[in-house]
Amino acid sequence: MSHHITEAKDLFYEYPDGHQAVNGISFRIHHGESVGVIGGNGAGKSTLLMLLMGILVPSQGEVVIGEVKLNKDTLSMIRQRLGMVFQNPDDQLFMTTVFDDVAFGPRSLKLDEAQVEQRVNSALEQVGIKHLKDRAPFKLSAGEKRAAAIATVLSMTPDILILDEPTSSLDPRSRRRLMNILKGFEHTKIITSHDLDMVLELCQRVMVIKDGLIISDGQTKDILTNKKLMEEAGLELPLSLQNCPACGKTK
Amino acid sequence: MPNIVNAIYNIRQFDELARQDSLIHRLHPLAKLLATLGYTVVLVSYDKYATIALLPFLFFPVFMAAAGRIPAGPLLKRLLYIEPMIICVGLLNPLFDRGTTSILGQTMSSGWLIFISIVIKGSLAVTSALLLMATTGMDGIALSLRKLKVPKIFVLQLMLTYRYISVLLEEAARAIQAYSLRAFNPKSLKREVWGPMLGQILLRTVDRAQRVYDAMCLRGFIGEYHTGKNPSPGFADYLFVAGWGTFIAASRAVNLPLWLGNILAGAVK
Amino acid sequence: MHMADALISPAVGGAMWAATAGVAAYSIKKVQDGLDQKKIPLMGVMGAFIFAAQMINFSIPGTGSSGHLGGGLILAILLGPYAGFLTMASILTIQALFFADGGLLALGSNIFNLGFFTCFLAYPLIYKKIVGKEYSAKRSMIASMVTAVVGLQMGAFGVVLETVFSGKTELPFNAFVLMMQPIHLAIGIVEGLITAAVVSFVWKARPEILEKAALNQALGSLSIKKVMIGLAVMAVFTGAVLSWFASSHPDGLEWSMFKTSGREELETTDPTHEKLAALQEKTAFLPDYGFKASGNEVQTEEQSENWPAVSGGTTVSGLVGGLMTLLLAAFMGFVINMRNKTGKKA
Repeated sequence: MSHHITEAKDLFYEYPDGHQAVNGISFRIHHGESVGVIGGNGAGKSTLLMLLMGILVPSQGEVVIGEVKLNKDTLSMIRQRLGMVFQNPDDQLFMTTVFDDVAFGPRSLKLDEAQVEQRVNSALEQVGIKHLKDRAPFKLSAGEKRAAAIATVLSMTPDILILDEPTSSLDPRSRRRLMNILKGFEHTKIITSHDLDMVLELCQRVMVIKDGLIISDGQTKDILTNKKLMEEAGLELPLSLQNCPACGKTK
Repeated sequence: MPNIVNAIYNIRQFDELARQDSLIHRLHPLAKLLATLGYTVVLVSYDKYATIALLPFLFFPVFMAAAGRIPAGPLLKRLLYIEPMIICVGLLNPLFDRGTTSILGQTMSSGWLIFISIVIKGSLAVTSALLLMATTGMDGIALSLRKLKVPKIFVLQLMLTYRYISVLLEEAARAIQAYSLRAFNPKSLKREVWGPMLGQILLRTVDRAQRVYDAMCLRGFIGEYHTGKNPSPGFADYLFVAGWGTFIAASRAVNLPLWLGNILAGAVK
Repeated sequence: MHMADALISPAVGGAMWAATAGVAAYSIKKVQDGLDQKKIPLMGVMGAFIFAAQMINFSIPGTGSSGHLGGGLILAILLGPYAGFLTMASILTIQALFFADGGLLALGSNIFNLGFFTCFLAYPLIYKKIVGKEYSAKRSMIASMVTAVVGLQMGAFGVVLETVFSGKTELPFNAFVLMMQPIHLAIGIVEGLITAAVVSFVWKARPEILEKAALNQALGSLSIKKVMIGLAVMAVFTGAVLSWFASSHPDGLEWSMFKTSGREELETTDPTHEKLAALQEKTAFLPDYGFKASGNEVQTEEQSENWPAVSGGTTVSGLVGGLMTLLLAAFMGFVINMRNKTGKKA
């Protein structure tokens, strides 16, 4: 399954204002892996995702998706394989109904309307919001918006899902529902988040980023329990691994 | 700032009404747009003294509201908001037109006739435009624009504006709220903050536009906008346009109320 | 400064729609030729921004009152004339549909009055000339003020012309112009001040946005020839225009109206009818549309179409028939409503 390997080779990126956001990042993610990308604010997580998606072009290094190098010619082909869910669903849901939004991708691929409909329905079913398909995005709750944003990506039938802070601004129940949905996907997943408990639950592998560099890459269990490493990266231990404030039980 | 809250509420309410289901909602958007436009054109084609001759034009909005199951509340509220303007403009006419006319032996300034005419025309035009929106919705308007061969790029841009109005209104409302909590006169923005306040929102808007563009590109946008179903008008739609077209044309040709009155007067005699 | 359906004639509305459609078609072509797809979402979201910004009250220093933003100039500066005009058209379309601002037929005039003059005349011929290549806060301020004022003056004059040509109003041209233009001078100054404040903020925070906007326009910078085409389009509309007008926001238009009416009320307290007649004759732009000398004849002639022979008898018939019409309309609504309800139960 080599064609599903996501690879970053020595990526560098500098913003026009001179800020060096990514300073030589390399990694290889295999098919079906679920990888958490964590790090403090401004560590370079979002920039990294944009480099993977080809929204930004690296000043040095390259992105390879399944042996295909990301460049202008392969961009549209690669973007069909990678689906990115934005941090703010309002940026991603730009049409006036959920259906049209989820259909935007398939329609851009010039599928016929019957196929489009089938893809939309299947995507909405996967995230459990088929009943919302005629709603306007502004009538949705935060959790529903997130689900709809994921559906817009699923309708493109990607192999790899990239999620930027998927659980931010969700209430606990919506967060749980979302996590269950994500758990059910067999896609390769790359998730950035500050929600370390979610990472702990969903990802086998974690990459810790600081100042545009990967300072640690390994098993989630090893990394998220390493207090010193976590604090160095501007993070702390997941709540579920911290001492219990109510009963005083230590872990 | 009640303006912003009202605007949000108003847009949501009409969006919701437009997503209902009824005989009128099911009609093709283009049929409704053309009927309403034709109606408006004929309505305003009457001269400035027309009053009673305009009354048959009440049938169309009443029909649209009743068959479209649009409650009178939101319409009247909106109408009441607009009405003072119409009235104030209309009121100038009695001042400038000092001719007289006689009604039932009473002498009356013809300026008042113009006033009445303007109020009737204004109210009917506004109501029917609102009803078009309440039974068709922005998606329907977009569909009819495409049918009228308006370039897709413009339609897409119109829809994007519509989509982000509620987002931006909420954003502006939050910024204003934050300002009001710390300002002396929270009703309006002091000059020193004009630039920073509006400018900040503008910068966020530009960034948002970039992210929206990214989102569009990631889903295959390359400058073309592909729409889905483009249903064509059916029999009911032709019937609707033809029926109301005939009625409106007939009303324009014959002064229906006068004709009715004459028949009645004849019967009494 | 919105025109309204109640006050526009089909000829004016149609002519203005044609002019607006022409300018819009040309602008769409220009935007598409620009090959900058990024502009489409930017136009969409910027339209929403202006829509929201229009709802904000800006307190005007030293007056205790507050003003509003129109937004045409900001759009032209940030998006260029073509995209700016199209964005303004979207905003006004949504306002016409959701808020009944103006109405469907008057929409063409409104887009033209508020979009065309600022984007295609004032912006390229004044703003760009003053600002030049080097940005400076002072020049930007002056440019914004002058451009906003001129753009709004032209728009206001458009309203006056549309009103007077329409001939459905008894409002004398001179009095109307004398009220509209000064009020819109004030509105224009506020617009200029707000625009300058925003532009200077953006310049300090993110100059690249303005630089980029200026760059993107390179393709679409206006030549005199194109301006002449624009003026020709304008000439088409002025030639064809006739109408009444109204506005739906407490802005300059009503102000003018109130002021005009206030003045006239003073005049009418003068007992002599001749004086008034003389005044109105003086102020009449087109004699026909000015004052009607106690014109029973003129009137009956004009009314004959809808109100033939204004005599006691027909008036009674008219009133009775009108009442019947009202009852019938109400009855129709009632019947449909009843059917709706029984339909729901079934």
